[in-house]
Amino acid sequence: MNDPVAAKRPAGSGDPGAARGVAAAPTAPEAPIPPTPEAPVATKTPHVRPGDRIFRGLATGSGVFIVALIGAIGLFLIIQAIPSLGLNNVNFLTSREWNTTDPANLRFGILDLLLVTIVISVVALLIAMPIALGIALFLTQYAPRNLARPFAYVIDLLAAVPSIVFGLWGLFVLGPVLFPFSEWLIENLGWIPIFAKGNVNVQLGGTIFTAGIVVAVMILPIITAVTREVFERTPTMHIEGAIALGATKWEVVRTTVLPFGKAGYVSASMLGLGRALGETIAVMIILSTTSAAFGWSLFDGGATFASKIALAAPEFNDPRSAGAYIAAGLVLFVLTFVVNAIARSIVAGHKEYE
Amino acid sequence: MSTNLADPTRLATPPTFQAVSLARRIKNGFATTLVWGAFLVAIIPLVWVLYTVVQRGFPVILDGDWWQKSLSGLLARQQGGGAYHAIYGTLVQGLVCGIISVPIGIMIAIYLVEYGGRSKLSKATTFMVDILTGVPSIVAALFVYTVWITYFGFGRSAFAVSLALVLLMVPVVVRTTEEMLKIVPDELREASYALGIPKWKTIVKIVIPTALSGILTGIMLALARVMGETAPVLVLASYAPFINYNLFDGPMASLPLMMTNERNNPTPAGFERIWGAAITLVLIITLFNLLATVISRALAPKTK
Repeated sequence: MNDPVAAKRPAGSGDPGAARGVAAAPTAPEAPIPPTPEAPVATKTPHVRPGDRIFRGLATGSGVFIVALIGAIGLFLIIQAIPSLGLNNVNFLTSREWNTTDPANLRFGILDLLLVTIVISVVALLIAMPIALGIALFLTQYAPRNLARPFAYVIDLLAAVPSIVFGLWGLFVLGPVLFPFSEWLIENLGWIPIFAKGNVNVQLGGTIFTAGIVVAVMILPIITAVTREVFERTPTMHIEGAIALGATKWEVVRTTVLPFGKAGYVSASMLGLGRALGETIAVMIILSTTSAAFGWSLFDGGATFASKIALAAPEFNDPRSAGAYIAAGLVLFVLTFVVNAIARSIVAGHKEYE
Repeated sequence: MSTNLADPTRLATPPTFQAVSLARRIKNGFATTLVWGAFLVAIIPLVWVLYTVVQRGFPVILDGDWWQKSLSGLLARQQGGGAYHAIYGTLVQGLVCGIISVPIGIMIAIYLVEYGGRSKLSKATTFMVDILTGVPSIVAALFVYTVWITYFGFGRSAFAVSLALVLLMVPVVVRTTEEMLKIVPDELREASYALGIPKWKTIVKIVIPTALSGILTGIMLALARVMGETAPVLVLASYAPFINYNLFDGPMASLPLMMTNERNNPTPAGFERIWGAAITLVLIITLFNLLATVISRALAPKTK
């Protein structure tokens, strides 16, 4: 049945090739140099079909579009921010004041926003990093094989909960639960600056402490997912070698998985940091605003870049005062850009993760 | 040496299998406990959040009015009404965002996998997609605000929200599509080329259909992600307690916007609306996640 078809095809496809071979062979000896380059050129530039050209153009255009888009984000934010920065009556980087109600007298500085943003992110990272490491190890090394996938799905579910729901939960449910603990910390460890009595009412729960915990929960899935992916690529040979040497489970992890995945874990944590820096709604809902300056306590209130912008967003009407918030957004953009770029470059330096 | 020989009970070599020392066993047990503990600790907030949402929101959505009525004409303290207007807004803004993002995202992925190779543009594109993944939603919203509202002079509208969501959805679509296109075996492409089919047709008729289930799954997950975003609606849309079908004009509600708005309403009615909207949003997102699973099961390429 198949024989005639099979016999026909090689013959059919072989013919033109054979013909070319024959044609090429005689030209070579007759005119050694000029015709030979011509022949391959003629066969190497195939006719490009218009459909191909259009499709290729569309695909490449989309690639260019995304590159241009990031440039445009930076560019437009800068264009909008510059006039307001020019009108600013205080130093943008070192002032703690933020008053844009009178467009004729703009006074805005980002120092407090920057500090609160960083402190919340660091608190979140300190909580999330060890837990995410534990979960990644659990999912790749410890969990029963047939349960690892469902367990991973459960952790991914955390990422599916909208941040506004986390915010509402943090303010209405977690805040009151944390209050006795916070109060105890303030009373007994208040002499340490980070546990000092803050500038907002602790009873309402709208502190950096609460916000940091909620943001930690929110960045947990991303850190876990990336770390897990790297841990999964630990060469089986390494693991089996360690087992053959009589290592316990923990020694296997410590001598093979952790050294192999360390860079990936650091990179994953940087990605988590990027998320934490830009987290908007949960922080906006939880954090109590205050006009008092940030005092390095976990029980302070205040605002992050993102929450400050989100709070003021509905009243963006004057381009000059909106420009002040856009300048803050620009700083946030640069911050997350740098953090994400570092995270990516760490992974890019490790070919074994590919 | 002689002492060694003199001791007849001593083995020439230590036994092959030695018992694991107590210290090592304790360390191992400690590490195992910590690792299991980390997983259990992460489950607590998930269960707690979901329990809170269900416990406070479930009674609200049992009322048929919730799905069929808006809050039009109701005072803040008046109970009743529904979230129909907000559900419409959330779905339509997500849908429009999807219609714009999906073709762009798929074309970028096709460029990266089929055309880009190792060119400079391809590397730059991959890098920028990574960066875009990390752009905070509030920055995306501010960007659309500067372009769409300040620069072009349009008003706040639901369409502007969709544009901001596009920035957040495109990288997710690119990532998943890229992964899926990469695992399409080259033999399929080569078989198609051998039959004289142009490259673009090979991609459209052979590569994409093979990867379709994975691509659709990714799109559903991306949609689920963007519909829960609050920052763009806060910056780019204003709230309306009534239904507005017009994407391009006037205030339009959405579930996250309804929640932030009702937060200023201290009455029991406000409380009900916040948690009702929360559980509705979680349900919609769960639905899209489930759809993703169903699609990936139903459309998965037959391996036999």
